[in-house]
Amino acid sequence: MARYKNPGNFEFLIGISLILFLSALAFFAPVLAKHDPFATNTQQWLQPPSIEHPFGTDRLGRDIFSRVLYGARVSLAVGTLSMLLSVSIGFLLGLVAGYFGGLLDALIMRFTDIVLVFPSMLLVLTLVAVFEPALWLVIFVIGGTGWPSVARLVRGEVLQLRTKEFVQSARMLGANHFRIMLHHLLPNALGPVLVAATLSVPAAVMTEAGISYFGLGIQPPTPTWGNMLRDAQLYLRHAWWYALFPGLFIFLTVFAFHLTGEGLRKQLGLTRTTRRV
Amino acid sequence: MIFQLVRRFTQTLLVLFGVSIATFLTMHLAPGHPLQANPELRLDPTAVERWLQLRNLDQPLPAQYISWLSRMLRGDFGQSLLYNRPVTELILERLPSTLLLTVPAFVLGLLLAIIVGIYVARKQNSWAERLVQIFSLAGISVPSYWFGIVLIILFTYRFPLFSAVGMRTPGDGSFWDIIQHMVLPLTVMIFHNFAYYVRHVRSAVLNVLNLDFVRAAKARGLTDRQVMILHVLPNSAIPIITIATLSLPMLFTGAMMAEQVFAWPGVGRFIVTSTMARDYPVIMTVNLYTASLVAIANFFADVLYLLVDPRLRVKA
Repeated sequence: MARYKNPGNFEFLIGISLILFLSALAFFAPVLAKHDPFATNTQQWLQPPSIEHPFGTDRLGRDIFSRVLYGARVSLAVGTLSMLLSVSIGFLLGLVAGYFGGLLDALIMRFTDIVLVFPSMLLVLTLVAVFEPALWLVIFVIGGTGWPSVARLVRGEVLQLRTKEFVQSARMLGANHFRIMLHHLLPNALGPVLVAATLSVPAAVMTEAGISYFGLGIQPPTPTWGNMLRDAQLYLRHAWWYALFPGLFIFLTVFAFHLTGEGLRKQLGLTRTTRRV
Repeated sequence: MIFQLVRRFTQTLLVLFGVSIATFLTMHLAPGHPLQANPELRLDPTAVERWLQLRNLDQPLPAQYISWLSRMLRGDFGQSLLYNRPVTELILERLPSTLLLTVPAFVLGLLLAIIVGIYVARKQNSWAERLVQIFSLAGISVPSYWFGIVLIILFTYRFPLFSAVGMRTPGDGSFWDIIQHMVLPLTVMIFHNFAYYVRHVRSAVLNVLNLDFVRAAKARGLTDRQVMILHVLPNSAIPIITIATLSLPMLFTGAMMAEQVFAWPGVGRFIVTSTMARDYPVIMTVNLYTASLVAIANFFADVLYLLVDPRLRVKA
């Protein structure tokens, strides 16, 4: 009855194209931006979109289009670097917990539980407020708090895998723990982790934009989409373009990664589990 | 089952204990103290010392932790440095305004998601399904503060229909005044909740629809409606109830983003402004408050699961 029907993986294609497009914008920002993102021009403040300024100008007469392009660099850097950090920590802890089990497992998982019960936005907000805000700190904090879901996922995978025959036979052939983890468990747990990694990028982008919007993230004059929105909030009545474009790019970026993650999930035949084990 | 419950309960207690240590350490390992939040402020060093002494901030860490913990267990969460008033009082004062937004946003968002989710799950691979899937993915991708800003541009400035700031017009505060202030933030929150829940509802229903007993029920000649009401819905209710339970803490912590954009005088905005002001006792309490709520909700979700689904019970 369950006839398999493949309607084509539009999610993945659209998502990955959008990601490539946004990355190109970020990479070629110096070429594409017609204006210096920091150059103020008090004669030209709060100008509506025009050919010279496609996205208009802000309260100091800076070109919003150029600032949005440079903002893409910050967002994508924070998104990918903190993803790498959280996936590495999560993978390592999950692998160790699942493979060795026992007391080590219990310790790691209770630690994971503790980090997990703090709502991520609040945790990041607190940490960033307590220390001095800077780019590397934002990456470190978002990456350093985002790993528990990956750790749980990897642990679950490893628990299933380690009783499989091929792992047992590897062990009997005399492979050591390190070899089993690296050559047998890691490659087989890669699929779900890939999806989790893709989906942790938009979360990081969203969090960075959020704390920048609250004024606790990366500080002006460095353009980020979040702190541009914060500036724009005082000019909503007269300058709709000021707030529209930075937010639109946050949305596009987050949406692109969500689409890609969803597409990957479909392609790899993974189902979303609403419930942990 | 009792064994499982006891185990989960002790785990929850352990997590809460860890949460208290984590909160405490974060605050106290931070460089500097709240008086240094504003570097332009020139303070007399002896006055600073006295200020620290008065609040026991000059004691060694373990001693501070123990006295803090024992005060908390007695229900004393300290004074806000900013307002010079008990933190509990400040939070409780703002709770009604937050509940005014979060409760309707939760109920309406979930209800809408259940209706649309069930409808869409039955029409697999239809246009309606694709549309809802894309819409919900887009919905969780929209930063809620930006969505709020767009609504303000449209419905406060372009077409002046609704207010964008606060909960009541100064000097007014009648029922209709509050309602008209609620419209925009509520729209943002319902939209977000709907987008989040509808995915879960759809997959919960879909998971059950493909099971054998549903096919058997159809084979016995039950109508679609009967199959849905008697077999599918009761079985897909469990994950949906779990998701709902897990989001209960949100009701009490408010929506930070939406409240901040609309200057809503609730708990969420209080959290943001206190964090920015480095109001340490408030930040600690708020973190502890939120994390405990989440831990407790997790515990209840697990208990619920064991109660409804006997298959999960393990004999001790």
